[in-house]
Amino acid sequence: MTHVLKKSIVSIMSENVVSKDIPAFRTRAITKVYGGHGTAKVHALDGVDLDLPEGELVVLLGPSGSGKSTLLNILGGLDHATSGQAWFRDQDLTTMTDRQLTRYRRDNVGFVFQFYNLVASLTAAENVALVTDIAPNPMPAEEALALVGLQDRQHHFPAQMSGGEQQRVAIARAIAKRPGVLLCDEPTGALDSKTGTAVLAALEDVNTQFGTTTLVITHNAGIRKMAHRVIRFQDGRVVEIEENKTRIRAHEVTW
Amino acid sequence: MRLHALDLKLLRDLWRLKAQALAIALVLACGVAIFMTGLGMVRALDATLEDYYNRQHFADVFASARRAPISLLRDVEAIDGVQSAQARVVGSVVLDLPGRAAPASGRVISLPTAGPTLNIPLLVSGRFPLESSRDEVLVTARFAEANGYHPGDRFAAIADGKRLTLTVTGTVRSPEFIYTLPPGGLMPDDAGYAIIWMPETAAAGVFDMSGAFNDLSVRLRRDANREAMIDEIDKLLEPWGGIGAHERDQQMSHAFMQAELDQLRNMSAVLPPILFGITVFLVNMVLGRIVALERSEIGLLKALGYRDSEIAIHYLMLALLIAAFGVCLGWAAGAWLSSGMSRLYAKFFDFPWLVHPHSIDVYAIAGMIGLVAAGIGALRAAWAAAVLAPAVAMSPPVPPSFRHGFLDAVSDRLHIPQTMMMVLRGLRRWPFRTAFTSLGLSLGVAILVASNFMLDSLDAVIDTAFFKSNRQHATLVLAHERPLSAVADARHLPGVLMVEPQFDLPVTMSVGPREKKLAISARPAGGDLARTLDIDEKPVALPENGVLLSAKLAQHLGVGPGDQVHVTLSGSRQGQTFLPVAAVTQQYIGIGAYMRLDTLAAQLNEEPRVTSLNLWIDTDKLPELQAALKSMPALATSVMLTDVRESFQDTISENVRINTVLFLTISALITIGVAYNGARIQLSERARELASLRILGFTRAEVSTILLGETAILALIAQPLGWLIGGWIAWAMVTGFDSDLYRIPLVLTRQNFANASLVTLAAVTAAALLVRRRLDKADLIAVLKTRE
Ligand SMILES: Nc1ncnc2c1ncn2[C@@H]1O[C@H](COP(=O)(O)OP(=O)(O)O)[C@@H](O)[C@H]1O
Ligand SMILES: [Mg+2]
Repeated sequence: MTHVLKKSIVSIMSENVVSKDIPAFRTRAITKVYGGHGTAKVHALDGVDLDLPEGELVVLLGPSGSGKSTLLNILGGLDHATSGQAWFRDQDLTTMTDRQLTRYRRDNVGFVFQFYNLVASLTAAENVALVTDIAPNPMPAEEALALVGLQDRQHHFPAQMSGGEQQRVAIARAIAKRPGVLLCDEPTGALDSKTGTAVLAALEDVNTQFGTTTLVITHNAGIRKMAHRVIRFQDGRVVEIEENKTRIRAHEVTW
Repeated sequence: MRLHALDLKLLRDLWRLKAQALAIALVLACGVAIFMTGLGMVRALDATLEDYYNRQHFADVFASARRAPISLLRDVEAIDGVQSAQARVVGSVVLDLPGRAAPASGRVISLPTAGPTLNIPLLVSGRFPLESSRDEVLVTARFAEANGYHPGDRFAAIADGKRLTLTVTGTVRSPEFIYTLPPGGLMPDDAGYAIIWMPETAAAGVFDMSGAFNDLSVRLRRDANREAMIDEIDKLLEPWGGIGAHERDQQMSHAFMQAELDQLRNMSAVLPPILFGITVFLVNMVLGRIVALERSEIGLLKALGYRDSEIAIHYLMLALLIAAFGVCLGWAAGAWLSSGMSRLYAKFFDFPWLVHPHSIDVYAIAGMIGLVAAGIGALRAAWAAAVLAPAVAMSPPVPPSFRHGFLDAVSDRLHIPQTMMMVLRGLRRWPFRTAFTSLGLSLGVAILVASNFMLDSLDAVIDTAFFKSNRQHATLVLAHERPLSAVADARHLPGVLMVEPQFDLPVTMSVGPREKKLAISARPAGGDLARTLDIDEKPVALPENGVLLSAKLAQHLGVGPGDQVHVTLSGSRQGQTFLPVAAVTQQYIGIGAYMRLDTLAAQLNEEPRVTSLNLWIDTDKLPELQAALKSMPALATSVMLTDVRESFQDTISENVRINTVLFLTISALITIGVAYNGARIQLSERARELASLRILGFTRAEVSTILLGETAILALIAQPLGWLIGGWIAWAMVTGFDSDLYRIPLVLTRQNFANASLVTLAAVTAAALLVRRRLDKADLIAVLKTRE
């Protein structure tokens, strides 16, 4: 990314000022139980307590099925916890209605999923516009695409782009609303190392330039060195939290 | 203003779906067009009739007598409930029109001296005749136009043997004659049948009715008890040869208008609901599939913060855009259809002003119904999209569960190939869709069966009426009753080979409280021209004693063979008697009662008499006969049955042409809409499965067999179902048409079923080929690489 662009980003994002005293996310004894009624119960989350400070890049690690996505969905307002409490800043997510959660997602959350999840019938710019159409304080779609280095691909449809490019469009779409948090569920899971690096670089840029609290779920332990904080998951529980004294840059990540 | 990204998605989705959307829009358009035409025509005709009737003071009750003194009119007016009454003299004339060889006849109606107060003719051109004039007349504009007459032109009429030269002073229309059939005719005959209005004095002179009248029209007060009124009027007229008062529903023109209105109402009650129902089904099926396909996109939109309602509206809008397109097409088609219908009506019905069926609210109602139908169809899918939990939506759907069962047991026994099993399992997997697709296809068949059956039925009517029962070439209706010697006189007319007499005696038949006014037709025993047919349409001899009743009449009176009917003479004779019903006869046009001429004469205690003569003629000598008839004194009118049949057949075949095009279109649109969308959805659902088969080494042809096999099976199931439903609709139509004016038999031929099946199977094949082309072009292997 060019420095010119970065400068403009800073000026755009400067209004995104929040108190550093309250954590971005806080959870207390969160559980999520699937099934019941005849089928076997699955405790996807089994009492999760977390405090995630504002502005950090956090990596969630853990084996498949350990409950990472479930936690991300609850923090992103896509799903309800079975019990316990979760706050985004000073808002209690667990008491919100579906309608309030929608509002919360619309105003605060940027999502990036493993499978790029672009709308196939919309161009890159239009996919970003999906968000800027409804967000309270969005940046122009072209600008968001420029942030991820795709200003030339605005009018391409998903089918005309590589996987990495599609994922960068998804990131552009996630940041275009100037979200309070960026939640990424295995954003590089379907990508090769080169394109994966480009995607990570985009995430890193957003985090450092905007101070956007960013949660990244990954299988790739190499990525953890990028993070301020690494949370290790097992069987629906947090088993370890580790703060990195020194962080590596995205392009240094090994695959 | 920029379109929102979600709206762009909507438009692009619509464009991608264009073929399926078009197929749906066309079915909907059909429904809108027919509904609009039906509703528009019914309302316009109703309004036009009401307006016309009010302006021209169309009477409520009509009666005739042989000869009543004019003073009786006071007594009629004095009846409580009568608003006004008008006495007229009416009579039949034979016309001698310059330049026309074929016989023509007319009905003369007197214009009361003080000016008509009821059934007032509406002047089109010229002026009313002078009160004192002897030869000035008004004629119907239709008659004038058909013969090129203008005010000032003259033509000759023979009334009661007197030859009159009449001068046309004006042309008119009348609410009494919006639809006019000549005596014995089945279709209007503008050129050959005239309604002639003549000043009262002149008419009384011609028909020897000075100080008397033979026709009564009455307008009732709104609150009058109609039945009581009719009884009172009958009582007053009875001594003067009254033959029974009746209301508008038995006035010929009005009755035909009502029959037409009923038919329109039936059309709009049956076809649009079918078409709208199919629209609901198609939208439901297609949108349901789209929502299933776009599951993860829906989850994504929700994750991005779109509200459930916004997403539901997004899919509703897709349906509504398709519907809006269909409605616009339907409006255009409806406007075209209605104006065609108006033109057709203008041909058969004589209205003073154009019938305008296109009012804004008819468009609005039809459009609303179209949109609502699509909306209803979209509800389920939109609801499913709205309630889809975002976290669930992002994970792939659970594959449909196939269970082992009955099918597997059968296939093990019969060694059904695996490809066939896939087809059968698919059918069983979505039982509702299977059922509704078959039903939809069967309605395409049914509509054809139900429309084609009319042609076969009318053929049967013609065959029965003309080739089996009324086989005479011509019927001469005499101005007055004559002794049997009239038969011998007629035999001397040029070209006449055979003459059979008929005597029509006006009576009231009753059984308990049920009664019917009609004429008993008496014919010689062993007659060979005008014959009566039994219920199976075999000729049946007239009984030595008793009377034959047409099935409709027997049903109305609630009698069968062996029962007695009470017969009260009306007209110039008085008396009453009981007659046994000997048998019931088949007759589709009108109702009738038949006796032997000598039996009836004996009952009346008089010599046999004649009111009409049925002729078998040497058709080579027709011109000479027609010339002779023009100056035959005792003749009221002559009916050429061959002409009647031909004009009936011409009208039918013209209507059949229109109907065939219309119903073929509807049926094809339904069939293609259902079959194409069904196959497209299967293609979409089975794309991965079919791709796997291709990788396993199945050929393109084998793969399309699986895909199209399902459509083929559904189309085959639809055939017998369609015959059944079509037969049922035909039966309902037969029942609906059942009136005293005419009935139609239920004739369902194998040919009809076969044609309907051929047409719909061809349409299904066309739809299947379109989908097969898509399948052949599709890169199935690429399908496997994409994630659903
Ligand atoms: N919708 C669901 N219904 C039932 N079980 C689920 C559902 N979603 C997730 N699970 C189960 O919850 C557990 C945690 O899943 P998830 O959070 O997706 O794990 P991760 O993202 O760490 O791989 C797994 O055992 C998974 O099978
Ligand atoms: Mg996961």
